[in-house]
Amino acid sequence: MNLILRPLEALGHAFLNLLAALGRISIYAGSTLRHIFKRPFYARELAIAILNVGWLSLPVVGLTALFTGAALALQIYAGGARFNAEAVVPQIVAIGMVRELGPVLVGLMIAARVTSSIAAEIATMKVTEQIDALVTLSTHPMQYLTVPRVLAGLICVPVLVGVGDVIGILGGYTVAVATLDFNSSTYLVNTFDFLEIRDVVSSLAKGAVFGVIATLMGCYYGMNSGRGAQGVGAATKGSVEAAAILILAANFVLTWVFFSL
Amino acid sequence: MITLSGVKKSFGNNHVLRGVDLEIARGTSMVIIGGSGTGKSIALKSILGLVTPDAGTIMVDGKDAATAERDAFLARFGMLFQGGALFDSLPVWHNVAFRLMRGALQRPKEEAREIAIEKLRRVGLKADVADRLPAELSGGMQKRVGLARAIAAEPEIIFFDEPTTGLDPIMSGVINDLIREIVVEMGATAMTITHDMTSVRAIADNVAMLHDGVIQWSGPVADMDQAGDPYLDQFIHGRADGPIEAVR
Ligand SMILES: Nc1ncnc2c1ncn2[C@@H]1O[C@H](COP(=O)(O)OP(=O)(O)O)[C@@H](O)[C@H]1O
Ligand SMILES: [Mg+2]
Repeated sequence: MNLILRPLEALGHAFLNLLAALGRISIYAGSTLRHIFKRPFYARELAIAILNVGWLSLPVVGLTALFTGAALALQIYAGGARFNAEAVVPQIVAIGMVRELGPVLVGLMIAARVTSSIAAEIATMKVTEQIDALVTLSTHPMQYLTVPRVLAGLICVPVLVGVGDVIGILGGYTVAVATLDFNSSTYLVNTFDFLEIRDVVSSLAKGAVFGVIATLMGCYYGMNSGRGAQGVGAATKGSVEAAAILILAANFVLTWVFFSL
Repeated sequence: MITLSGVKKSFGNNHVLRGVDLEIARGTSMVIIGGSGTGKSIALKSILGLVTPDAGTIMVDGKDAATAERDAFLARFGMLFQGGALFDSLPVWHNVAFRLMRGALQRPKEEAREIAIEKLRRVGLKADVADRLPAELSGGMQKRVGLARAIAAEPEIIFFDEPTTGLDPIMSGVINDLIREIVVEMGATAMTITHDMTSVRAIADNVAMLHDGVIQWSGPVADMDQAGDPYLDQFIHGRADGPIEAVR
């Protein structure tokens, strides 16, 4: 009897914990939203966050998209050849990059690069009493730390996704033209004729949602860090896990909303 | 006037404060002593609302600290944290001038910087540290920058959590004099946590000893030596044997 109930019980606990965590994260998100509209607004902090989240992420995002687009073109060509459909490479690369791979891969790279660094930085501030010091200096940590970072995610990640989409398509184009004997101008015409406004809008919308998730998780886990170096480590790990899973789940929901409704 | 009555705080099974009663009169200097881990820092943080007590009330000038308007309440305080708690992304002068660059006390940047450099000088630091980052300073220097930040906006009530720990004896003397000066000249109310008995005698009007979650003894510093309290006696003479266990 116990053998059956134990795992079920553990599963139940895990599920309840998950719900509780989602509840706390929702409350935190709501509070962030309220503080966006409160004064003072820390423009300098926003500028620094935009630099970190957006500008400095460009190399990583560009390289990820480039290699993915290139590999995608090779795969589709090889797969398509099995039923004489090699010619669809430009269309499938465009759809694949813009609708799914661009936003998801950029989102995950941002989770790896930005979420972790936000969580580690804020957790360290918490552990070294810097958050307490902020409060005693009449500065709200939510306004000073969380709001600028989340806004930077909201503003920058859609742009990064757009850049990633373009570079990914260029990666596919380069491979197709250089090694698969595609005609350069036909490839480009096929790509842009095939893409719809809806594809691009969904891509950028996903970017905005993923940007908010990634930065919010970094802040949430950092602010709720345990004590000591171990606390910082756990907060960082938790933030990246949560950001990655929430990004993938949100991607599924958004794909469904945009393309199945 | 700050009044703590029946303040309790536990972390799980760790009952840190078990009913602290304490009064600090306006314009006086209270020093809190006690073994490490007895909850001295938690007591200060409770007054500031950084830690929410499980029970008890804290009144500042007759107003309940828990329900006071936060911004106005905190604007009256300055605090030196035990570990300095400097913002490591900001240069030293910006740390010191932090409160002067935003909110009700906002000044032009140049003026804020001047004040910061003046406060740094008062804690024995030269102007050339102003543009360095906190991580480039030694522990004792960071502590003094924290002290400069605590006094920068000339608050009415100042808390110092172990201000001289990690400083050389001469610098400790400078800081002790400074704290005394702040109380006497600026009429500030000060609460200082320290283990250093020289500091206690230099800074305190009154002394309170925290032990086992309660105030074990409190009174004017002059009465400390004749108090006859075995706990206090053991602490001020630094004896390994006595009622306070060495292993805690
Ligand atoms: N955030 C916290 N979570 C759990 N325990 C804590 C926390 N802060 C302090 N403590 C515990 O409370 C006790 C008192 O800490 P503290 O006030 O820092 O002592 P001290 O008298 O040395 O300043 C210690 O046992 C410490 O472990
Ligand atoms: Mg302490």
